Amino acid sequence: MVKVHLWSGLRRFTDGADVVEVEAKTVGEMMKALVEAHPGLDPVIKAGVSVSVDGKLIARGLHEQVSDDSEVFLLRQLKGG
Amino acid sequence: MTQIHVTTTVNGDEVEFLADPRETLLDCLRDKLGMTGAKEGCGTGDCGACSVTVDGRLVCSCLVLGVEAEGKKIETVEGMAEGEKLHPLQRKFIEHAALQCGICTPGILVAAKALLAQNPDPTEEEARYWLAGNLCRCTGYDKIIRAVLDAAAEMREGV
Amino acid sequence: MPLDSKTTGFKYIGTRPDRPDGIDKVTGKARYGADAYASGMLHGVMVRSPHAHAKIKKIDASKALALKGVKAVVTRADFPTGLEGEDWNIQENCMAGEVALYDGHAVAAVAATSLLLAREAAKLIEVEYEVLPHVTDVDEAMKPGAPAIRAGAADYSVPEGLHPNVMRYIEYGHGDLDAGFAAADLVMENTYKTEAAHQGYIEPHACLAQLGSDGKGEMWVCTQGHWFIRRMSAAVLGIDVANLRVTPSEIGGGFGGKTTVFVEPVALALSRKAGKPVKMVMTRSEVLRATGPTSSSSIDVKMGMKKDGTMTAAKVTMRMQGGAFPMAPIDSALDCAFSCYNIPAVHHEGYDVLANRPKQAAYRAPGSPMAAFATESLVDEMCRALKLDPLKTRLKNASREGTKASFGPTFPRIGLVETLEAALAHPHYAAPLGPNQGRGVASGYWMNWGGETSVSAALGEDGSVTVSVGTPDIGGSRASMALMAAEALGIPYENVRVNVVDTGSLGVNEPTHGSRATYATGLATIEAVKQISTKLCQRAADKWGIPAEAVIWEDGCAKPSGPNAGEFPPLAIGELAAEMGGTGGPISGHFEATPSGHGGSFGTHIVDVEVDPETGYTSVLRYTVVQDAGKAIHPAYVEGQFQGGAAQGIGWALNEEYIYGADGRLQNTVFLDYRIPVASDLPMIDTVIVEVPNPGHPYGVRGVGETGITPPLPAVANAVHAAAGVRLRSLPMSPPRILAAIKAKG
Repeated sequence: MVKVHLWSGLRRFTDGADVVEVEAKTVGEMMKALVEAHPGLDPVIKAGVSVSVDGKLIARGLHEQVSDDSEVFLLRQLKGG
Repeated sequence: MTQIHVTTTVNGDEVEFLADPRETLLDCLRDKLGMTGAKEGCGTGDCGACSVTVDGRLVCSCLVLGVEAEGKKIETVEGMAEGEKLHPLQRKFIEHAALQCGICTPGILVAAKALLAQNPDPTEEEARYWLAGNLCRCTGYDKIIRAVLDAAAEMREGV
Repeated sequence: MPLDSKTTGFKYIGTRPDRPDGIDKVTGKARYGADAYASGMLHGVMVRSPHAHAKIKKIDASKALALKGVKAVVTRADFPTGLEGEDWNIQENCMAGEVALYDGHAVAAVAATSLLLAREAAKLIEVEYEVLPHVTDVDEAMKPGAPAIRAGAADYSVPEGLHPNVMRYIEYGHGDLDAGFAAADLVMENTYKTEAAHQGYIEPHACLAQLGSDGKGEMWVCTQGHWFIRRMSAAVLGIDVANLRVTPSEIGGGFGGKTTVFVEPVALALSRKAGKPVKMVMTRSEVLRATGPTSSSSIDVKMGMKKDGTMTAAKVTMRMQGGAFPMAPIDSALDCAFSCYNIPAVHHEGYDVLANRPKQAAYRAPGSPMAAFATESLVDEMCRALKLDPLKTRLKNASREGTKASFGPTFPRIGLVETLEAALAHPHYAAPLGPNQGRGVASGYWMNWGGETSVSAALGEDGSVTVSVGTPDIGGSRASMALMAAEALGIPYENVRVNVVDTGSLGVNEPTHGSRATYATGLATIEAVKQISTKLCQRAADKWGIPAEAVIWEDGCAKPSGPNAGEFPPLAIGELAAEMGGTGGPISGHFEATPSGHGGSFGTHIVDVEVDPETGYTSVLRYTVVQDAGKAIHPAYVEGQFQGGAAQGIGWALNEEYIYGADGRLQNTVFLDYRIPVASDLPMIDTVIVEVPNPGHPYGVRGVGETGITPPLPAVANAVHAAAGVRLRSLPMSPPRILAAIKAKG
């Protein structure tokens, strides 16, 4: 299971949890599994999020690999100047 | 509005154009003569990107009317190099990386040339105050000032 | 990442050759946005709302259309309906629908045979308004009773009970905040405010657009990213992206402000209606009134510190208005607020708020300078209270590899400690100061960006190489790409030509934004040219009759290598290229990816100021930028980014601001009144390039463009405090405000 750290504003969609465990091998599978487990996250993910996997910031790389020991954070979408 | 016939000299060549009396010298250079080296950054004489000289005097061409060019001698950035030989200021700007986006560069080069024509050995402060009418948003001016002072030194040595 | 990493022993990387586009740019030949002309071209002019908030009751263009030479007028009725999300926001911002949302909001546009005529016609377009109440300040916009600008538009994140102007709400953090504050010897809390600043690029937005009734079009435009312009313009007009070919001009500065559209879809719409090409060039007043400045912000920060300087807990609440549209950069502002420090307990809250101002656009490290102003000012105040050295205190708490970042993940290799150590050791930090002079320091962070990237490289018959990139060159990136290609191929810098090509020539490229070009386009360039050398090795192997694995590429030559390779004289790239037509045909390389190994960049600045106690005027006497570049490809242009960021930050700190009247109209709409730093305002800006290689790039590159604007706001405020004994918690620190603070102190 991949442990996904959420920002605390999302706790109300996950029954208070700020770490959610899902079965996934890629970022795309992880997003899908998150929404399946917690449908309240759907608009959040649709609105756009970034994912940090072991310190690497991924915006739309749904194919990127994740593993059970990856450090995974769901982050707000960022934009540079 | 009736257009007025203007005869003037740009970078040593006599040119003619028809100008609406409301059009600026900058508009005429760019739109009538195809000389787009001078840029419009503000249209109010604050940014200096349109700097040219008129009879040797440094002006913002956005504040001069096209019809005022009648019988005058205009110098623009296009006239700085002699054939394939760059003016020392042009060379030093490239060498010192004194431009990033380059939009202010034509105006700053024309203004710096005017400075060195009347003061071949400016101090840093003199260069900074002379160029205070030419905005650059990219460089923080450091490399521009260095390039101007270096070009001045080279020109004094007559290299 | 399957890349051969190399961080030392470079031949070309780290040198300072002349930029390839240098001569074009010093002779006036380089063609920028407004420098294009087309046969039969019309000029487009926008009609803009004079009101901060007003219902558009009626638009009558009949008088304008009656003028000879006027060819088309467009209003919102000429654009498709049914757009959603950010596409709708962009369309609404390009051309108001039912309501004008800010002073300068476009409501109609006209195209005519001359610019003078188009301006005349624009004045004849009659717009009937019903003026509505407005609000321009972020704190006012959140108060009960403030006019709701777009009621019901808030997203899922906004809890009930907040003002309808709050569009988004964010909350996150970690650690036990109460315990952290309880463990502190000193807890301080203050509110800081920053005013909106404009990117201030010297080149106004400009484009030359052509769109046929068949939906096929072309556009020449000054932009940081022409694929973005293509996508947004196509969405606003309801056409297919493939039918719109966008060619980037040279760009006269962007700083984030040229990553979106303002006049472009309107010029296309005018062109379609008139059946002729249309050129639109903004005036400076239009740029200031109607393109995106930054957000303004109001920030509460609280921090706990032990007597020895150890930070124990920190909390930030950030309120930002991003104009009459959502997406003020609260996210990155919060992420950067405490990113410099390893604090056991942190909490972040952010409110994205609407106000009757232009839609904010990205500006160099969006949000980070405001966050730094609050945090780094407070850290300085606490160091003063505890009599601690501000650099050593920062060093004590500094984030480093393995630190759990304030925004969540664990930091990989980063270079904050190195910048602080270099700043401490710099002679500037120990230099004596005179009366009314003071020194300030501050650090800052930007996470940087990778993004979608596509690069092609083609080998010429003589062994020279053409690299096609999709990121416009704003500050010398052609030189950086050529250096990386030269290094990877082992051929002279002069033998590489880098072209910025149009949307028809490559796959999607994100703009030159997020400090990504040297990192991401550089990485793709290296990979693309390596494909060329791999193919050349194969050609040499075929010629020698040995396996390709037995050939290596070195110093621009194919060489046999290994025990079974045999003895052959090296084949130089020029020899192989000359015969490529007969050995298998043209050779090129291509690489596309969305690299995510961009390393963040930290910086630490030192500034000395003198404050005139009679006038409140602040002179910047000396300035030093220390920043981690990972690896400086072309050090002169890295220094240029450091210096330019510092200068913009100094302007924001001391002078630049959006000034709105009680009527909600912007009062300083020309450069005389919106005054950016001029040459005589600034000293030389010293730079120290720290190089802590980024493991995510083959040569160690970190983006450097944005971080430099982050420390100046607090560094200058800290220096002003040191010089004048007054703490300014509101920007800009203009002379009247400093003088008032000095007088209030007595």
